[in-house]
Amino acid sequence: MSGSATAVRRELPYKSAIAEALAISMRRDPSVIVYGLDVPDHKRIFGSTTGLIEEFGPERVFGTPLSEDALTGIALGAALNGLRPVLVHIRVDFMLLGMNQIANMISTYRYITGGNFSAPLVIRAVIGRGWGQASQHSKSMQSIFAHFPGLKVIMPTTPHDMKGMLISAIRDDDPVICLEHRWLYEAVDEVPEGDYTVPIGEPSVIRPGKDLTIVATSWMTVEALMAASILKETGVSVEVIDARTIAPLNMEPIFESARRTRHVIVADTDWVYCGFSAELAAQISQACWGNLRKPVCRIGFEHVPCPTTRPLENLYYPNAETLVRTVEKQLGLSAATNLSGREFYSWSHRFKGPF
Amino acid sequence: MSDLTEELYRRVYLIRKAEEAIIERYTGDEMKTPVHLSIGQEAVSAGVCYALTPEDQIVGSYRSHGIYLSRTLETDRFFAELYGRVTGIAKGKAGSMHLASKEHGYLGSSAVVGTYIPVGVGAALANRIRGRANWVAVFLGDGAIDEGVFYESLNIACLKRLKVIFVCEDNGLAIHSHAKDRHAYDAITDIARQYPCEVFSSESTVAEEIHALVSRARAQAEESHRPIFLHLKCYRYLEHVGISPDFKFGYRSESEFERWKAVDPVLMQRKLLACKKPEPEIARLERSIDAQIAKSIDLAERSPFPTAEEIHRDVFA
Repeated sequence: MSGSATAVRRELPYKSAIAEALAISMRRDPSVIVYGLDVPDHKRIFGSTTGLIEEFGPERVFGTPLSEDALTGIALGAALNGLRPVLVHIRVDFMLLGMNQIANMISTYRYITGGNFSAPLVIRAVIGRGWGQASQHSKSMQSIFAHFPGLKVIMPTTPHDMKGMLISAIRDDDPVICLEHRWLYEAVDEVPEGDYTVPIGEPSVIRPGKDLTIVATSWMTVEALMAASILKETGVSVEVIDARTIAPLNMEPIFESARRTRHVIVADTDWVYCGFSAELAAQISQACWGNLRKPVCRIGFEHVPCPTTRPLENLYYPNAETLVRTVEKQLGLSAATNLSGREFYSWSHRFKGPF
Repeated sequence: MSDLTEELYRRVYLIRKAEEAIIERYTGDEMKTPVHLSIGQEAVSAGVCYALTPEDQIVGSYRSHGIYLSRTLETDRFFAELYGRVTGIAKGKAGSMHLASKEHGYLGSSAVVGTYIPVGVGAALANRIRGRANWVAVFLGDGAIDEGVFYESLNIACLKRLKVIFVCEDNGLAIHSHAKDRHAYDAITDIARQYPCEVFSSESTVAEEIHALVSRARAQAEESHRPIFLHLKCYRYLEHVGISPDFKFGYRSESEFERWKAVDPVLMQRKLLACKKPEPEIARLERSIDAQIAKSIDLAERSPFPTAEEIHRDVFA
């Protein structure tokens, strides 16, 4: 971390941490622009672009036609010509309309030009969940983007990391995709004032422990923390690592943890099959084979399109309870933790929809 | 000041001879890259590129040898790239289909049809925000008109009144499919005229006439603050990809080719130059271009391939 820090602890919601990171970046560098459908409207992308058009004007902050393919290519063209564009999508699912530009152009640009050009751009997109978001408003797709060499993919979980990593992403000379879970938008935590960066590519040990490691992404980090605090009551010490970055990721801190606790669960905010959890499980197994007591276990969405109705949606998403039961199984604990009376989907009551 | 007729002839001749040099050597299997040759379409690349200022910028498609050569007049790095050598434009990582030259404002070219259209619009947006007055020429084929991103990009360029010149090189074919089998409408210009842009069209194969058209369009658009759409008919002499004529497959007729060949771009521009310059001078110009190409090919063939560590270089900054 660099830059100024204040003595007084300041708390901010995730959405405001995003807006602050954008404003700081735009003040510092006139080449930063922010655009996308509804960026300057009255809702301001769930509060994440609040204040920008007032401060920086419609030339640097603007709404667009529904043309995701062109908008993505425009980000590349603007980046080639000296801007640092931030393109915003209110759902990750809409990025598929710009996939040609992402997969065929943006990810390859530096390489295919022999290093003569770079594409310093950021694509922000929101992962939806709950209130019947269904199959076209709920995908996260981090593994799909991370599959392409040349793209950086981040999923900050805490407001602190969100602000610092978004500032890093905007300053990065490579293209960065930033995936933001909708349920995190109201999450409040300490966020330092002023300019600071959190590096892309480094996982964060968010809760130290000694019996088992949970490596989590995005919202599943919240569930993992809840599971860890429940299990602490029964004397189980769980280490929680927030991956924060999907690609490129320094795996060493994860390997170090795995070697120490000898048990790993990967809890990804995504499907399991061919997902980031598969990549982590394979790499941890290869690097830590002799140290592991059991195979790496993976938790993720049910392998079906996301259903709309709440009872099925509840079955689709894993939660802290899923994690508690999986930890017990992994560690061979006979006495099941008493979970009666506990409230899960802890953020659900704060997210009333519709979007 | 250099003579316009001579400069345009230099370009159409250079493109034609460079492409013919590729044809001559391609079966030797040293140039391992799919080539989409510009033979027959030289007047468009030369006429448009030479009408641009050095500050203007360009994006292209996979059929872009003509653009690169017109803009740079450079052949050493061009041939080295086709030969996959480390001395090439992109150290051999681009090949024929991804040519670019930063110092010449040539931002790149793509092998996926239509893909560069919004990139050119984004470049023009950056120019506007950064207070630059230059234009961006977006070369696209008539096949690219079939892509949704064309409409998205034209709309945004017009909405924001960006300095984009859409250069539609209409050779009537998308790979092997004729316009009549792809278009529910009669004319591409009718599509463009639905948008607030300056629309011009030409069937000329004379580089000088295309050059004049671009200059006129520019002057008009500078006044109106609108993008430009140029519809330029031309004819692809050879197969879509590769080095051979393909009339024997029957999807297009050789008589059509003969009509276009009678007004061949190199022949037409040479005729114009012959009115101004004595034959020995033209021959001298031609011999110097021939020698430049031969020297570049020789250099490329003797240049090294990239070493193994190059495979991981330039994925990230």
